[in-house]
Amino acid sequence: MEQDVSAGADTFPKLLVRNARRFGGRPAMRHKDLGIWQSWTWAQVLDNVRAYAVGLHKLGLKHGDAIAIVGANRPKLYWTVMAAQALGAIPVPVYADAVADELAFVLAHAEVRFAALEDQEQVDKVLSVQERLPKLEEMFYDEPRGLRDYDHARLHNIDDIITAGRDAMAKDASLGQWIDEQIANGKGSDVSIILYTSGTTGQSKGVVLTGERSIKATTDTVLFDHLNETDVSLAYLPLAWVGDHYLNYAQGLVAGFCMACPESSDTTAQDLREIGPTFYFAPPRTFEQMLTRVMIRMEDASRLKRRMFHYFIGVARKYGEDILNKKPVPLGGRILYGIGRFLVYEPLKNVLGLSKVRTAYTAGEAIGPELFAFYRSIGLNLKQLYGQTEAFLYLTAQPDGEIYSDTVGPACPNVDIRIAENGEVLFKSPGMFTGYFKDDAKTAEVLTDDGYVKTGDAGFFDEKTGHLKIIDRAKDVGKLNDGTLFPPKYIENKLKFYPNIREVVAYGDGRDFVTVMLNIDLTAVGSWAERNNVVYASYQELAGHPRVYEMLKSHVEEVNRSLAAETMMAGAQIRRFLILHKELDADDGELTRTQKVRRGFIAERYGPLIKALYDGSTEADISTEVTFEDGRKGVISARVKVVDAKTVPVGGALEKAA
Amino acid sequence: MKAPPDRRAAIGDVLLSVEGVSLAFGGVRAINGVSFDIRKGEIRAIIGPNGAGKTSMLNVINGFYHPQHGRITFRGKTRSKMRPYEAAEGGIARTFQNLALFRGMSALDNIMAGRSLKMNSSFFWQMLRYGPAMTEEVEHRKKVEEIIDFLKIQDIRRVPVGRLPYGLQKRVELGRALAMEPELLLLDEPMAGMNIEEKEDMSRFVLDVNEYFGTTVALIEHDMGVVMDLSDRVVVLDHGEKIADGTPDEVKSNQAVIDAYLGVAH
Repeated sequence: MEQDVSAGADTFPKLLVRNARRFGGRPAMRHKDLGIWQSWTWAQVLDNVRAYAVGLHKLGLKHGDAIAIVGANRPKLYWTVMAAQALGAIPVPVYADAVADELAFVLAHAEVRFAALEDQEQVDKVLSVQERLPKLEEMFYDEPRGLRDYDHARLHNIDDIITAGRDAMAKDASLGQWIDEQIANGKGSDVSIILYTSGTTGQSKGVVLTGERSIKATTDTVLFDHLNETDVSLAYLPLAWVGDHYLNYAQGLVAGFCMACPESSDTTAQDLREIGPTFYFAPPRTFEQMLTRVMIRMEDASRLKRRMFHYFIGVARKYGEDILNKKPVPLGGRILYGIGRFLVYEPLKNVLGLSKVRTAYTAGEAIGPELFAFYRSIGLNLKQLYGQTEAFLYLTAQPDGEIYSDTVGPACPNVDIRIAENGEVLFKSPGMFTGYFKDDAKTAEVLTDDGYVKTGDAGFFDEKTGHLKIIDRAKDVGKLNDGTLFPPKYIENKLKFYPNIREVVAYGDGRDFVTVMLNIDLTAVGSWAERNNVVYASYQELAGHPRVYEMLKSHVEEVNRSLAAETMMAGAQIRRFLILHKELDADDGELTRTQKVRRGFIAERYGPLIKALYDGSTEADISTEVTFEDGRKGVISARVKVVDAKTVPVGGALEKAA
Repeated sequence: MKAPPDRRAAIGDVLLSVEGVSLAFGGVRAINGVSFDIRKGEIRAIIGPNGAGKTSMLNVINGFYHPQHGRITFRGKTRSKMRPYEAAEGGIARTFQNLALFRGMSALDNIMAGRSLKMNSSFFWQMLRYGPAMTEEVEHRKKVEEIIDFLKIQDIRRVPVGRLPYGLQKRVELGRALAMEPELLLLDEPMAGMNIEEKEDMSRFVLDVNEYFGTTVALIEHDMGVVMDLSDRVVVLDHGEKIADGTPDEVKSNQAVIDAYLGVAH
């Protein structure tokens, strides 16, 4: 049974047929509509998809044609994917929030003949760019609202197509047989789907995936996380993202579990509570927002509840992770944790809709250790994974019981990972893409001569745990003069996890050693100052306070110790640092609008400070122009202290740095 | 590809007309001999400067105020005054300039309240929530859920209305009026105090209501852009008197209207 999860099926429609036979009466999909959860069993889904496929066939959809799918997570859009795959056509999902221009690019590039759209908004978007889409023939919609007066010559309600297909099959029994043959004869080496990357780094590229490879990759992780037909997931991630296609669609079909579609994107939190998924994925930011919501609501709770909450969260922090990792814990701790579980942890998880979660993953960016530990400590099996569209998601994932906040886990079963000379992570995996659609040049660019794929991320394997650590984008990783790798973001993130530190800019590329410029977090340091009778009149004064310097120095040295523990990073310890006299601000061009530091620009603007960091002087004068909120400009001048931090010699004790 | 929106074809006979209506509070003349009509299926705007008598006019139509003179003809029946229950039963629903919602009740319950006229089972059965009352409640709930879906307020279904931001409260109020499945919907400044995005949303909803449910709409609005875009015909009041009546373009170029809005040198 274990090895049999995909039953030799090499396309998703074949799995659908298998599920209808094996789990026919079990729910395959749910969708909240008009306030009520509607369910479809696997048998019903198969029935609808067959009818839908016949309907699409009648409209002219053929093997190899591309069909775009634009919209939120709705059953009929997932059926479109299935029906297209049943006919050997290629579904091309597009982000629902893509602007018309991006949409036009993808639709034109993929040469779609058909487009399944969620509602009037998407139909309008496609109509507004239709002159750029000469190949587009027919459009389908799920939500008829507002579309009544549109010309329906090329516009169809998905319901009507399904009904037409069903009627045709009722009239002509051979059609039913025909579609079953189409499914049975589907080839695993055919293109299963084209997923367009979101295009944050240039024009988006169409990642071509085949059924056979997709299913192989999925089978591995389904076994890895012991997923089966009794699991439930909430399909709330963007339909066009590899995460949704993998975690919900592919895993759902392979394991036979039920995916629930939320009522609307605004109701996800409530739907999560109602559905109680057993498998859950969210980016770190979502976990952070959830925790913030809880903390705010706890502030408003009665005193008794508040004290109980904080006490038991303290207990959880002490014992929770060990209990989850099945490590020895004293009996007293176990008993306290048991009480806490009854009084706090379970009710809390229930409010968040996470009570039933067996496996939760997070990925996408670095997660703060505190945040990660919080969810782990209340008994949520939160793990990290690392992957990308080109690999059909998973490359590494943390196995149960081997969880660290700063790693992404060992390579998944059958995934081969290699670290290149420049630190870039290379892989070969069962789910690997076959290439970028119509872009052999780009495909060749990311492939090595021996067939590995370049991820564009730099990382290394941690000796202690054997897990992969992702440190930065490969193109951002620099080198110190002695050849040590210098991943700025990795160092910056380590510092940013201290609440006192708001922003960090690290320098070291082409230099002898690493230095950082810090921004204090006014809220955190301000409240510390209040508690410790530190008087200050301005941000500038607080930032320059000797005791603040002392405090941040201890943070920097702590980071140095943790860097020293990693062979690859030991040479990249921070020798000198300074605290900036003003907050880095997007209005001054120092941060991007998404709050990322612009290292090069800052280096130019604060030239004298960079010079001081490297020439050994203990202070430097700087004056910078600032833009006030009303647009006026002014100049801030300051004398900024530069401080040495202790570094740890590789494999030795603390030593005073030069 | 979109068919030319020939809405005018759908506009039918006169649904409601007021003739020579005058209303005074003591010595103050709020409305003075105003006549106009509202046709089935149209969006009719009533505009005018502050104190022109717009809200009073709506109140006359749905029976809050009883005019001293004049006649109101609704669905072929002529009266000297409307009574609120006649208006409600006859299919006139309205929203208010300053929201009139049950603040402690959820959005769902507020909209459900709009169904009360349509409930047939007796108070006794409703109290027991049993038998026919239960079946009926399920029916009504379904209608209410359709409206919630229509107005895209699923996420606030269970939230007490008092905790909602203003723009959403306005939407809930529209939902409650729609729950009556009205033939004529009176909207008193549906977009007052909203930002541009909220106004656009609300305009879309008004158009959708008109198209989707075929509801006739009469609205008071100060935002001229909205009025000119939405309405089929506009009636302009000033100091209780009608100074213009016609399509948005006709009204826009009418000298009396320009004077009323911009003031005129005496």
